[in-house]
Amino acid sequence: MIISELSIILQWGDDMKLTEEEKRIAAETTRQILFQCNDSRGNLIPVLQRVQDKLGYVPPVAMEEVAAHFQVPPVDVYGVITFYNQFRLTPPGKRQVKICMGTACHMRGAHIIQDSWERRLNIKVGETTEDREYSLERVACVGCCTMAPVVVINEEVHGKITPTRVDGLIFSHQLDKKKEQQNTKEGDATSE
Amino acid sequence: MAEKVTIIIDGQKISATAGEMLLRAALDNGIYIPHLCAGGEETGHPPASCRLCFVEVEGRPAPVPACTLPVTEGLVIQTRSERVDGLVAAGFELLMSNHRLDCKNCPANGSCELQRIAKARKLRLKPKNLPVLDKNLPVDDSVPGIIYDPNKCVLCGRCVRACRRSGSGVLGFTRRGYQRVVTTFGDSTLAESGCTGCKECARACPVGALSQTD
Repeated sequence: MIISELSIILQWGDDMKLTEEEKRIAAETTRQILFQCNDSRGNLIPVLQRVQDKLGYVPPVAMEEVAAHFQVPPVDVYGVITFYNQFRLTPPGKRQVKICMGTACHMRGAHIIQDSWERRLNIKVGETTEDREYSLERVACVGCCTMAPVVVINEEVHGKITPTRVDGLIFSHQLDKKKEQQNTKEGDATSE
Repeated sequence: MAEKVTIIIDGQKISATAGEMLLRAALDNGIYIPHLCAGGEETGHPPASCRLCFVEVEGRPAPVPACTLPVTEGLVIQTRSERVDGLVAAGFELLMSNHRLDCKNCPANGSCELQRIAKARKLRLKPKNLPVLDKNLPVDDSVPGIIYDPNKCVLCGRCVRACRRSGSGVLGFTRRGYQRVVTTFGDSTLAESGCTGCKECARACPVGALSQTD
């Protein structure tokens, strides 16, 4: 009996969508960080953390630079990055959607909420939309179990989420964006 | 030349080199102990990750893995006991619960280490108490002469070490938990990864996840 078809999320496709400029910045930043430390392997994770602090994610070019510095095969650095949840392979979106997967949220259908985000944004957990508007993440308990299931968007907490609310949130974001665009247009007009 | 010691395995007196690992000593003397992660000619400290080579050591409270036990003078070993059989059966069943069983069409059929263990310890290949988890990952046949089917992989790591010893070092472990998999940098295909096609990985694989075609 096959109970689940576990497919590995390939978070790699986005490499193609990184611009040359982003790759250049990533490589340069990584080199600057590596310049300050020796090649003892104990420094591997702190270095990767610093790269993520600076860039918000760890792109393949950065991993290759790091691997060369520590004289390990690049696949080992990739292994470390995929082992720890704290590292991300894709640039974070403007709105970081974190779906709570704590016990209470799990019981109240967090998986259904995850599904609806994935379907609406057309990405999987750990990925970023092509326009860099949204990125999707799963987190453990965020500490407001009475509001389960919970979704945190940037620092804003949304409780009692349903698939309809997901649609509503995305719609309100679109409205916000439109308003913003109009404001900047008007702003431009008045300044002229 | 290292000092020779005498040990007793299942009542049989055996002469071995001091400091050598017990699993090696037993195998060299024709005593079979199930094992996956401690590969053929590999030297150095084994990862002791397959948890199949447990033996009872006289004077020790619990079974220990034979692959990390250095041989000392007067060691008395039982390769089978109720506790050992229990541990091996449980470990084997866990391994088999995410190994895609397709013996009839598998290139390793007949030379498979899993089949050998099942036969030696009278275990079932198909898990009885656990549901089967099929990872359903794509099969990689991008390098001529090598077929990699990650669904059959038991994560022993022999290919990873073989690749670093004699190949180009492109294979490695990534992810964790159920998703742990042997793959290349960025999950690219073997052909794109810089694999030289030396087939050392396929020769090292005990189960037919990596196999050679001629």
